[in-house]
Amino acid sequence: MTSLAVPMEHVLLIAAVLFLIGFAGVLVRRNVIFLLMSLEIMMNACGLAFVAAGAKWGQPDGQIMFMLILAIAAAEVAVALGLVLQLERRFDTLDVDAASELNG
Amino acid sequence: MELTLFYIAAAVAIAAAALVVTRLNAAHALVWLVVALLAIAVIFFLLGAPFAAALEIVIYAGAIVVLFLFVVMMLNLGRRSITRERLWLEPGMWIGPAILTAILFGEMIFLIASSDTGDAGSPIGPKAVGEALFGQYLLAVELAAMLLLAALVGAYHLGRRYLRDRREEAS
Repeated sequence: MTSLAVPMEHVLLIAAVLFLIGFAGVLVRRNVIFLLMSLEIMMNACGLAFVAAGAKWGQPDGQIMFMLILAIAAAEVAVALGLVLQLERRFDTLDVDAASELNG
Repeated sequence: MELTLFYIAAAVAIAAAALVVTRLNAAHALVWLVVALLAIAVIFFLLGAPFAAALEIVIYAGAIVVLFLFVVMMLNLGRRSITRERLWLEPGMWIGPAILTAILFGEMIFLIASSDTGDAGSPIGPKAVGEALFGQYLLAVELAAMLLLAALVGAYHLGRRYLRDRREEAS
């Protein structure tokens, strides 16, 4: 595999577009499962930016940061899906707005 | 040639991500999420990060999405949830978030366009990644292990109570 002449700006732009799609999803959706999927897209966008930066400087650090993002995503999804089950159990809905009992 | 592949993969990734966010059925959205993840894996491969591409497929598309799928199946979301979802997504409620994200996107384009970044260059093999990972980043690996252990205990705790309550309900 030879080195690839992808303009760095375009990679970063694609990462930005993916991040903003996920961000819009987090803002618009009310179903917790879709919120989590949007978060996954956002994390992937961050990982893409990290890998692109690592490739740009010829260092493995970018890919290592991607792996740490992977570990964080796995931990986040495991706990969050447990919370989704509890939300469904207690409120009988997946609407995040249902879990607002903490407001005074 | 590779540049064309890159742009095709990027277009697929963005389209699939947009479809994930707009679907009403959670299972369909998950399938689109897999497509988006595979497209991002192709981008990683083209950027010269084959190890990251493999991890993207194995862990994201293989493990995390399957976890989602299990929960969607456990919750048994049917036709009822689709009509409810349509109710939650009132037309017009996406306008505010869309404007905000468009502003952020404009700023991002401006920043990226005004900086001189050059090409995304050289490929980095798994060997270099492994050496750095278990060399200077050993502490981060340990921290990730502790984080995953905490997540394991937390997920077990939350899920166990859910299953116990269901069993009591059934009996």
